Amino acid sequence: MSAQTTSTANPAGFVSSRRWLLWSGIAALCAWVLVPIYLVALGALGGRQGVYQWPKTGLPTGISLDPFILFLKTEGVLQSFLNSLGAAGITVALSILLGAPAGYALARYNFHGKDSYRLLVLLTRAFPLAILALPLTVSFIKLGLYDTIIGVGLIHTVLALPFAALVTQGIFLGVPRELEEAAWVFGCTRVQAFFKIVAPLALPGIVATAVFAFVISWNEVFAASVLTVRNRTLTAYLLTVLSESPMHYRFAGGLMLILPSVIFIFAVRRYLFAIWGISSK
Amino acid sequence: MTNNRSWIPYLLILPSVAFLALLFIVPLVQTIWLAFSDNGVPSPANAQRMMADINFTRSIKNTFLLTIAVVPVQLAIALAMGTMVAKVGRGRETILWVWTIPLGISDLAAGLVWLSILQNSGYFNSLLLGLGVIGRQASWLSYQTPVALFFAIAVAEIWRGTAIVMVIIVAGLNQVPKEFREAAEIFGAGPWTRFWRITLPLIRPALQSALILRTVLAFEVFAVVYALGGRNFPVLVGEAYNWQNQNQNYGVAAAYAVLIMIISLAATLIYLKAIKVDPERLP
Repeated sequence: MSAQTTSTANPAGFVSSRRWLLWSGIAALCAWVLVPIYLVALGALGGRQGVYQWPKTGLPTGISLDPFILFLKTEGVLQSFLNSLGAAGITVALSILLGAPAGYALARYNFHGKDSYRLLVLLTRAFPLAILALPLTVSFIKLGLYDTIIGVGLIHTVLALPFAALVTQGIFLGVPRELEEAAWVFGCTRVQAFFKIVAPLALPGIVATAVFAFVISWNEVFAASVLTVRNRTLTAYLLTVLSESPMHYRFAGGLMLILPSVIFIFAVRRYLFAIWGISSK
Repeated sequence: MTNNRSWIPYLLILPSVAFLALLFIVPLVQTIWLAFSDNGVPSPANAQRMMADINFTRSIKNTFLLTIAVVPVQLAIALAMGTMVAKVGRGRETILWVWTIPLGISDLAAGLVWLSILQNSGYFNSLLLGLGVIGRQASWLSYQTPVALFFAIAVAEIWRGTAIVMVIIVAGLNQVPKEFREAAEIFGAGPWTRFWRITLPLIRPALQSALILRTVLAFEVFAVVYALGGRNFPVLVGEAYNWQNQNQNYGVAAAYAVLIMIISLAATLIYLKAIKVDPERLP
């Protein structure tokens, strides 16, 4: 430390002004993210009067939970919220159940077609996947999946599955192979070794992957709007009633979409960078 | 692994392969067939009808302009965020969490957030009034103000979409060994030279995947446009949605879908060519 201060030729004032510049840049970017969310929350809790108040101060005056509760009681809101949860639940279950075994195979085995499989998974990334909901309308009507939560969950799984396979591959690579082999030596079968040794160590990462699958489904608008009519998810419901709903309802809808995913992102914040480091390889 | 167990990996990947075949490959082929057929025979009718539509040229222009305006800004902000946070010791976790919040926000919600700011009696106009720039409520989101609407949509997209680029870039930066930069510093390279000559080339894989992901998503822009401007600002996916849901014409909707896919694939290939990733030279 002392060597650094003596060797620095810059006057102390220059160093601290750079420091100040750095922190004001960071603060500005934090405000850039947070202030709009605060403002939409004001809009959601301000009710009808809040919308037409002019000019606005941006201070939390005249807000209460009543307008938001009134929005929740609007016909269709609560149901679409539950539908969104259902579709996201199906997406989480399917993408982990189908993706994690593939991730394990990619991490632990060398097999013919491994590269082709990785190519298939990466190929999905170059496609605007939600668009594939368009032709699925016809097949889903035939199969009775149109306008159901299962149908929405299936198409959302197409979005989340490639991600889940790649990320779980990285997670399983992080569990030392030696531990698993030691378990085999001590008489565990492969299945036992997996569930007793590998699964507990990989669990936090898999939970984080599941949270991402949830967020992917929760936020998806296009496919959900195309594939549902009455059993709408929250995004699809908001999109269709958008043009005829009053401003403060739109803001309440926006806030309702934001809150769960913000909480989830907070819950997995420690894994964010590890996961994206893996999935962007 | 022993040879007599060689079926295990295939068994493990089989469910996901079957699923992707059914719900990715089949609809992909179906879309292409739907776009280029008419009553079961190959025909260019849908593509022609799409190109004859009044919104066709506008939606292509709008989508491309948005992508060109949004993606570079997102990359620049993400790089700035990555460089800044690298200099921070305590508080790093909190800052990164705040910056990643938009990752969990849908494009529809982002549109609604910026609607609350940019609507006629919104906060932006209030701010301008306070500064004495405007005398009465100005409108930014109507069909009479296409340029302002464009900027509004671009700002909302930048606000929401930067987080994903930032996360990928920071993950890439974390993998660059400190020694590389320290060595450059010892040899007298300034901060700019270090950034352009050392950091940027080393995070090429991250740059590549961030750009591919973000550009494909930018060509898919839809809900944010709809929330802010309704149908005043036609974009490609919005047109596909209207042909499918309002006009019930699945053929033209599929033609739009194929067009979007071709553009996305072309963009991906361009990035793969332009940003060469040499696996030998990675840290």
